[in-house]
Amino acid sequence: MKREMPDPLKHHEQAVLPAGEETVPTDSVSEPNAAHRGRSPSQIIWLKLRRNRTAMIGLYILALLYGLAIIAGFVAPYSYDTVRNDLSFHPPMLTGIHFRDEEGRLVRPFVYASLPVNPQLATYRNDTARYPIRFFVRGDSYSILWIIKSNIHLFGVEEPAHLYLFGADQTGEDIFSRILFGAQISLSIGIIGIIISTVIGMIVGGVAGYFGGVTDFALMRVVEVLLALPSLYFILILRQMFGTGMSSTQIYLNIVVILAFIGWATEARVIRGMVMGIKEREYAIAARAMGFSKTRIIIRHILPNTLSFVIVTATLSVPFYILGEVALSFLGVGIQLPEASWGNMLIAAQSNRYLTDFPWVLTPGFFIFVAVMAWNFLGDGLRDATDPRTLS
Amino acid sequence: MKTFILRRLLTAIPLIIVVTFITKALLVASPGNYLDTLRLTPSISREYIAQMERMYHLDSNNVFERYWYWLWPALKGDFGYSFTKSASVWSLIGERVPNTLLLTGSALVFSWLFAIPLGMLAAVYRNRWADRIIGFVSFFGLSIPSVFFSLLMVLFAARTGLFPAGGIHNQTMWDVMTPWQKFADTLWHLVLPMIVLGTIGMAQYVRQMRSEMIETLSQDYIRTARAKGLSGWRVMTRHALGNAINPLVTLFGFSLSALLAGALLTEFVFGWPGLGTLIFDALTSKDEPLVMASVVMLVSMLVIGSLIADVLLAIIDPRIRLE
Repeated sequence: MKREMPDPLKHHEQAVLPAGEETVPTDSVSEPNAAHRGRSPSQIIWLKLRRNRTAMIGLYILALLYGLAIIAGFVAPYSYDTVRNDLSFHPPMLTGIHFRDEEGRLVRPFVYASLPVNPQLATYRNDTARYPIRFFVRGDSYSILWIIKSNIHLFGVEEPAHLYLFGADQTGEDIFSRILFGAQISLSIGIIGIIISTVIGMIVGGVAGYFGGVTDFALMRVVEVLLALPSLYFILILRQMFGTGMSSTQIYLNIVVILAFIGWATEARVIRGMVMGIKEREYAIAARAMGFSKTRIIIRHILPNTLSFVIVTATLSVPFYILGEVALSFLGVGIQLPEASWGNMLIAAQSNRYLTDFPWVLTPGFFIFVAVMAWNFLGDGLRDATDPRTLS
Repeated sequence: MKTFILRRLLTAIPLIIVVTFITKALLVASPGNYLDTLRLTPSISREYIAQMERMYHLDSNNVFERYWYWLWPALKGDFGYSFTKSASVWSLIGERVPNTLLLTGSALVFSWLFAIPLGMLAAVYRNRWADRIIGFVSFFGLSIPSVFFSLLMVLFAARTGLFPAGGIHNQTMWDVMTPWQKFADTLWHLVLPMIVLGTIGMAQYVRQMRSEMIETLSQDYIRTARAKGLSGWRVMTRHALGNAINPLVTLFGFSLSALLAGALLTEFVFGWPGLGTLIFDALTSKDEPLVMASVVMLVSMLVIGSLIADVLLAIIDPRIRLE
């Protein structure tokens, strides 16, 4: 698990600038681009972002992945815990889908059912009967966002044939389906974690920066201790503290809270620095002179001006949560079987024999990589787009 | 300089106390203790377990009391014996620390060795194909999870047989090897985990180096150096590099924690007998003395690492004075 440690001072310098400009749109000296005139700051950011190809690729990939995660039950041909012990480590069938019959005529795509040859070596041969791939078939029941309950799947084949697009794991569960269901856990942890830590970071950073003095001193010492911790080891110690006898939902929440608990410190420190700068600006002083309460000044006048920066850091920090879940689940203290997560699916690859003989157990790793890369693309693009020094 | 180093080391003491206290509190709060596994064994008598519980002060749930029972001997240098491995914790840790330092140290050398020239290259050929390729490589390193990368490397090693697929040295041949062979064998085992950790670390240094270099190359003194008629190579190495490298040293101090985290996962996959796997095992078996001593070790490593970064910065950048 790695985390890009932003240099707080640097961000501080960069970030205070846009914050000031957003509230003073008439200050057109630093915004000479005619296309941007008369547009709101968020519109300008969006315009700049749209022109950044890598950032948009990242955005599209994320939209696709998160969309698939939401409708995982519908797209996946099976449920995450549909076991077929007789088809243990069945190889991927991406090339096993036939579009032509024996005479070479184009027919409805079909597969053959697999018969085990040697279960120990996980070798299979094709049966002779064809099983066409059908759309909108009935199968395992699922629910989308706990609301829509159904058992209709986008595609599937009739038993005894079994569709393994990305192959099967040890108990014959479909890796493709498990990746889709695992995305629900692995990807949502990033979003929920970042929301929690951003809220804590904004509150602590805002309070420390605005009040200064003893409050600031005390809060910053807490932040320093958190930053000085060897993070992954501490996450492990915290996980240990809560023990293992928990339901899957509890473990999930536990992981999110632990990661957010470690993760908020960086944000708090940077936001504090920004708040210290903003509170001396005219509009903040004006708000104070008008007798608004301190809570109102912090929440309504100061924190919104750190927002563009907060969004950038948050986007760049999402990988920390995704990789955190992967690390914990891979080490066996995260999401437990039969639940699917991208981290616990990789546990199978820890056995050298499984890894070399059935390398498709590594497929979830590729998805983690793509998701993290997409977040990095988007975060980088957002950073450029919110930087007032880039004018395109 | 000396007073600066001394002061930094002194400020590490409260940090270590706070961190170890938090660790102890978490261990006390966690359900069960090491003796639970012994309780399940019928041949071990209740009296013996009760005696052990008193001896190790596991019977108290008062955090402060438990912490004191650890701290007082620890201050005198006695960190106790491991519950599970019946050896003093320092002998266990001392065995593992060199391995972890070897892995992380070589990974650091690897990432710096590649990051600096690649970052300079990307800055000089900005927005050309060299820059694009380097940018892609650094995005790759930044995004690939260490677990996945390590597993890919193990797969590569097992499939091709070019490298050993795990461990730190050849178990069967180790005893009959000459010192030179031992050295070569360890290096051989080191290559893949080093590449994994090094590439991941390299990614962030390359990006930083590139942006610093772009900024440096636009400075007046670079133009002056060029105007004096110096060769491009000399301008780059003597004038630009020294100025662009400082933020990288700062970044090094920040990224140590991530390096140790990456080391844990890499050690885990490669079966590298380092500190990471030791702590992980100690945690799962609730081996309290071992966990506590390891935490002290980890925090000290981080403190010393960031101290080294600061001192290095003062050495290479004459504008910085440590006092």
